[in-house]
Amino acid sequence: MLSDEERRAIETEMSRYEHKRAASVDALKIIQRHRGWVDDAALRDAAELLGGSPAELDGVATFYNLIFRHPVGRHVILLCDSISCWICGYEPVHRELRERLGIAMGQTTPDGRFTLLPTACLGACDGAPVLLIDDDLHRNLTPGCLDTILANYD
Amino acid sequence: MAETPLTQNIQPDREPLALRDYQRAGGYQALRKALQEMDPQRIIAVVKDSKLRGRGGAGFPTGTKWSFVPQGEDAPQRKYLVANADEMEPGTFKDRLLMEGDPHQFVEALIISAYAIGAQTVYIFLRDEYRLAARHLERAIHEARAADLLGRDILGSGFAVDLHIHTSAGRYICGEETALLNALEGRRAIPRAKPPYPQQAGLWGWPTVVNNVETLCNVPHIVNRGAEWYRKLSRTEDGGTKLFGVSGHVNRPGCWELPMGTSMRELLEEHAGGMQAGYRFRGVLPGGGSTPFLVAEHLDLPLDFDHLAQAGSRLGTGTMVVLDDRTSLLGFLGNLEHFYAQESCGWCTPCRDGLPWVERVLAALARGEGQPGDIEMLHRHTRFLGPGKTFCAHAPGAMGPLESALKYFPEDFEAGIRQPVRTTLEAG
Repeated sequence: MLSDEERRAIETEMSRYEHKRAASVDALKIIQRHRGWVDDAALRDAAELLGGSPAELDGVATFYNLIFRHPVGRHVILLCDSISCWICGYEPVHRELRERLGIAMGQTTPDGRFTLLPTACLGACDGAPVLLIDDDLHRNLTPGCLDTILANYD
Repeated sequence: MAETPLTQNIQPDREPLALRDYQRAGGYQALRKALQEMDPQRIIAVVKDSKLRGRGGAGFPTGTKWSFVPQGEDAPQRKYLVANADEMEPGTFKDRLLMEGDPHQFVEALIISAYAIGAQTVYIFLRDEYRLAARHLERAIHEARAADLLGRDILGSGFAVDLHIHTSAGRYICGEETALLNALEGRRAIPRAKPPYPQQAGLWGWPTVVNNVETLCNVPHIVNRGAEWYRKLSRTEDGGTKLFGVSGHVNRPGCWELPMGTSMRELLEEHAGGMQAGYRFRGVLPGGGSTPFLVAEHLDLPLDFDHLAQAGSRLGTGTMVVLDDRTSLLGFLGNLEHFYAQESCGWCTPCRDGLPWVERVLAALARGEGQPGDIEMLHRHTRFLGPGKTFCAHAPGAMGPLESALKYFPEDFEAGIRQPVRTTLEAG
């Protein structure tokens, strides 16, 4: 079931397009903002609101790497693995991050604190290597600076 | 000092100019001039005359693109302008600077451009990861609306335009303009067949112009100062300045607004401070991950669309990635082809199946486990996945660095082929 708040937010987004279905990604992101991820029940409700089938909306949801159809941790770490970051030290940072968190790419820490995901070029190549945690971009990473960064996220 | 109109208001680590300060610096004068003194056809003519070419990668002349939008009584009455702010070309970080650093410049550019093509609605298609850009743009849009610079009756001219930010949810293919339109319509972001081109039938079938952020940001300055002034900013035939960037093992990676036609050597040595100690220059992707390698012999080429095309590469986004002698070429290519394989939308077979194959062969070569015939196979893929063989430019873009690497660095590939093990009988 969508909450009233989610429903209202989705309807506001629908009004910004000529056809309400265009708000599909917006709707999925609203659900995700409220729940952390997109569960089946919310997806079904949103599809009905948008005037399409759940299968169609799931087809859209699964196309995008930033729509989560599985639960994620309280903080999502997006580690850039594209070319400039790779040249400038992505691999040691990746190794250290995996060891600190005790998880591999795509996994969530057992305490539900972090999910670690790879991401394509974050567009901050002059600060490579970089990662994004929630809304925060962290630049010029070294394995040694990860502890300080992670400590900011409970 | 050369003029830097696009970045004149941008200072690192400072909040962008709020509406009042932006206006004090001359902002929204171009909008006034456009609405009060120029009809839309005149603006299109000036932009054509300025020789502004698209800064998103393809380099198509902007005024010409605009002129394809049907106008007049019989034309479709609804039209859209879409700003492609889905900056995701590997190695590219220039539109971020413009949106974070001077959001009002971008908003003003969008309003003027919408007026020029007759669009009533504008969408900024923004990648989700650009959170700071989204915040700064939202604030600028809010301020502009409150000051009647955006909305129903802009500055009393009767012109009305609505501006929305659509934040996306990842996937590089969304930057392809027809995939972007599908994404905006709430569909899977798969490219559309062309023709019809978006200028004729785009968003929900209406005429639509899709322009890159940097391209659009030039428009207010062209309107203000004229086509001739704009052309003269450049050192070559293509008009204007360009945001050039450098990343890799250089001393000062960064992004600078420089005259179009600045040489690669000047960019690398003066602005980026040359190679870091212990690293030697080997080659460069001049304009992002899908532009073919150039090497030392090309360093004095002026960076513009035509010169780089003649040298077998592309200006692309103008942000270069430097390959040094301590970074494995096969690892470098493997990283790029992994990106392209992962980001393929999967619609057409050469791209969906060919790119992972290329990625696997490069990985084998990098381990020294390549098989005889692998290099020929890579050559074949550069043709099978090349221009004209696929539904969109994704796979041909992926083949650019590979094809040029095979040409300039064949020894790296040959070193990756496994040598036959000699038995004791054969030995000695």
